[in-house]
Amino acid sequence: MADAAGPPADLLPPKFQAWFDGRGWSPRAHQLDMVAKGRAGRDALLIAPTGGGKTLAGFLPSLIEIAERPPANTPRGLHTLYISPLKALAVDVERNLNAPILEMGLPIVAESRTGDTGVARRQRQRVKPPDILLTTPEQLALLCAWEGARAYFEDLRCVILDEIHTLHASKRGDLLALDLARLQQLAPNMRRVGLSATVDDPEVIKAWMARHGERAADRQGTASVDLVRGPPGAEPVVDLLLSEGRVPWAGHTAQHAMAEVYETIKRARIALVFVNTRFQAEFAFQELWRLNEDALPIALHHGSLAAEQRRKVEAAMARGELRAVVCTSTLDLGIDWGDVDLVIQLASPKGASRMVQRIGRANHRLDEPSRALFVPANRFEMLECQAAREAIAENRLDGDPPRIGALDVLAQHVMGCACSEPFDMLALYEEVRSAGPYRDLSWEDFEAVVDFVSTGGYALKTYDRFRRIVRLPDGRWRVRDQNVAQRHRLNVGAIVSPAMLAVRMAMRGNRGGRKIGEVEEGMLEMLDPGDTFVFAGQVWELVAVTNLDVLVRPANHKDPKMPSWGGSKFALSTYLAKRVRQLMFDETHWAVLPGDVREWLEMQKDRSLIVREDEMLLETFPRGKRNFMVVYPFEGRLAHTTLAMLLTRRLERLGVGPLGFVCNDYAMAIWALKPMDGLDFDELFAEDMLGDDLEAWLQESFMMKRAFKGCAIIAGLIERRFPGEQQKTGRQITFSTDLIYDVLRKHEPDHLLLRCARADAATGLIDVARLGDMLARIRGRIRHAALDRLSPFSVPILLEIGKERSPGDAAEMILAEAEAELIAEAIA
Amino acid sequence: MNDVAIPFRYAFAASDCGGLRLQVNGSEVTMRASGALWLASERALVVADLHLEKGSAYAARGQMLPPYDTRETLARLRAEVATLAPAVVILLGDTFHDRRSEERLAPDDAAELRTLAAGRALVWVVGNHDADGPRALPGETADEMILGGLVLRHEPRPGLRPGEVAGHLHPAARVRAPRGTLRRRCFVTDGERIILPAFGAYAGGLNVRDAAFAGMFARPPLAGVLAISRVRAISWRQMEVD
Repeated sequence: MADAAGPPADLLPPKFQAWFDGRGWSPRAHQLDMVAKGRAGRDALLIAPTGGGKTLAGFLPSLIEIAERPPANTPRGLHTLYISPLKALAVDVERNLNAPILEMGLPIVAESRTGDTGVARRQRQRVKPPDILLTTPEQLALLCAWEGARAYFEDLRCVILDEIHTLHASKRGDLLALDLARLQQLAPNMRRVGLSATVDDPEVIKAWMARHGERAADRQGTASVDLVRGPPGAEPVVDLLLSEGRVPWAGHTAQHAMAEVYETIKRARIALVFVNTRFQAEFAFQELWRLNEDALPIALHHGSLAAEQRRKVEAAMARGELRAVVCTSTLDLGIDWGDVDLVIQLASPKGASRMVQRIGRANHRLDEPSRALFVPANRFEMLECQAAREAIAENRLDGDPPRIGALDVLAQHVMGCACSEPFDMLALYEEVRSAGPYRDLSWEDFEAVVDFVSTGGYALKTYDRFRRIVRLPDGRWRVRDQNVAQRHRLNVGAIVSPAMLAVRMAMRGNRGGRKIGEVEEGMLEMLDPGDTFVFAGQVWELVAVTNLDVLVRPANHKDPKMPSWGGSKFALSTYLAKRVRQLMFDETHWAVLPGDVREWLEMQKDRSLIVREDEMLLETFPRGKRNFMVVYPFEGRLAHTTLAMLLTRRLERLGVGPLGFVCNDYAMAIWALKPMDGLDFDELFAEDMLGDDLEAWLQESFMMKRAFKGCAIIAGLIERRFPGEQQKTGRQITFSTDLIYDVLRKHEPDHLLLRCARADAATGLIDVARLGDMLARIRGRIRHAALDRLSPFSVPILLEIGKERSPGDAAEMILAEAEAELIAEAIA
Repeated sequence: MNDVAIPFRYAFAASDCGGLRLQVNGSEVTMRASGALWLASERALVVADLHLEKGSAYAARGQMLPPYDTRETLARLRAEVATLAPAVVILLGDTFHDRRSEERLAPDDAAELRTLAAGRALVWVVGNHDADGPRALPGETADEMILGGLVLRHEPRPGLRPGEVAGHLHPAARVRAPRGTLRRRCFVTDGERIILPAFGAYAGGLNVRDAAFAGMFARPPLAGVLAISRVRAISWRQMEVD
């Protein structure tokens, strides 16, 4: 295990050296590097693969520092704060950290604090802080909104941010960056330590965690953070299941390969089977148990299952009682299960970085390679999996672009600051700008946010007498009263989950019995009472939906009605999309693909076109009574759907009579009354579609309403929880945010929250930036193939027609249909 | 006016302006796409549950909802008055969101209400949120009102009440069609009584399948669902619980 670098003899205290020796270990170079950074008082970002002793490297400097400090006469404050993106991880690290503390007999108290921590312990932690506190970003935001935050944190010497790569590019990351700036202000001697898995561009993370200062030289800020790299680790061995001769044209379930997957599980010690959606998880679990003649202990884990059930699966896994777990991103990161030796990815991975993270779940020992098996569910996925495999082998990862901090999150933070102690506006502005995502925040935006926090920030100034934060005679701002502060603290956090309904066994009189799990509200729209569906690995019949519960009873149907699912919720990463296009164009490369996929590509070349990586193929052909246009941008479902919405508007104006469209991650098809062969496609795909058309469509879109609701909750316009009220679902808002959206849009279209919602919709929900890049990329590079019949490439997308429900935009059509039914019923 | 003759328990027909005409206990009324009810024979416009100043009521408690709900609601009402030129406007209760709403009313909005009363009768049927009626604003206050064979009151009485026009419950329907589901405000009627949707911009909706509506109708009622510029007639069977 010894690394080559010889440490300076005095870097580790004897007690620590003896502990390493006693276990037959040598400290690794990056662990000693981190100790050196600690001694020098430097901020540091450690990038190391899973299994590299990363967590210990993060804590070692703090353990040494606390162990070496002289005894004190008065109680000390918190020394080190550890932030994990997951509650479970914080608890797990607490356990792992206490082992060396106990073994070395160090006088150090390390404790976790999460939403699940008992009241008594939380109160004790507040009065008598441990030396090391392990918690989550949401708990930190809460601690920072305490009245006593300054005193609590003033002795803080170090903050450790774990798994930063999963946090920095999100609203949770925005909130954490703001709290980091706040902590630095409360504890000027605090050092920042970041721990991250391997990423494409460490500079992005450095910029996120750095202290950004006043001076121009500091504005980029990354110089203040030292980069420490762990050893690269053994290269993963990634295989591709070729399923020779049986790769389906379309679909997302990989049903064709289940027997092979089952055989692979049988040969492995413990396998993690990753899928991209909960539906896929349920489906794969069903299929595996259908094949499970050996009764292997195979379990299921996804975000809709009841928490107790998930804990049970995790515990069984930790005890080594399971042979396989079918799971979604809920197990992408988290606690360490040493014995997993194989990761199976069912259906496409969508991005190389996510895949590396997942593969890292197999074999947490650095010197042995992790093993993974990709199982493509259709032909395009075969290309994608191959591209991902090559990207991983070359260690080329797709990264998140740097983020601009969201203003709704800032509003929540400003309110938190005002709850903790009075703030000076200028000082807080400088503090906020020292946080990476907010380094370019303008004074105007900051003022608008403070105004929003105080009165809602409306042009119509009628709420001045209801201010939530008030100005003191000395000019500083503080929260109006304890009631407002308490309500804020109940609503802290930047995670807005869709409204969840409890799934319960139906009892007499439509009462709910035992809870089986939770489902997103949206899923119900696909089911009627009497329909059967798979959930938590069993088939259920939907009995009724009451206000808070989905009532079900077990059903013994062999073939449940599976709600149609649109494949992955993750978009194909830009980087991977490019590699797929390259692979397709490069015929010499096709040899790596199975025979039937090669034939499919050959057939496409004969009957239509295979275009260069920088071009876009556009096919037109008649089929039935309709005329089709199919394009293959490979930019992901979101960007394609937005493109289809906008193109439909244009085609409407051109008098083509568009009738409908369908999108997947690779392609988009539009069908119309009239042929589209003669259109000017460069004109049709011109970038100006992202102007007025986009604006007009977006304003009416249900996605804007959804984004607005999220922003309104985070910014504190709407409270999810009230004091003394039990939170049951996300639906207990006493007014409809859609009504508020409609009124605000009409009367103050430039309001801060509408700006936030527009920004969120443009990135998260409709991927405008990506669409813009794509339109720029294909300008003058559209290759048109006018065909007399459908092409081999178009088959998968055409097979998806009819499987999709139309989105909520078709509201008027729904009502027209319902009325037509009434008339039909009346006439019959 | 394209009358559609339908051999149904209720006689209803599309009117111009997207409304829906039908008989309630023998009197002809029109459900308007705005959510107002028009009694043509009396030239009376009825609107329920305006909940004016609901936004500021929340703001007073620390939730800063946009302060534009009153002007939005009044603008909708003004548009109906301009189109129909009613002789009488009846506010069917809960016109104000709470007892202090009138004090919080912006001067412009108060002026708008006064304009509304000019040259026609304005009747404030009082509700549970505004039991005393207006303090300074013009108009008559009434607990209930009889007009053209119908009785107009805020809160519907339990059991069957032929001829009653009421509000209070804020009916909304979740409508299912092959293409998907949708939740909208609606009128609800069995041809004997009618309950109006809330007219206020911030007033929420209560599902017509809720227990609060139980026992009020002689037969499965019909919903007049508010769509863009028109009212759609939807049968009970197509309405779902939330």
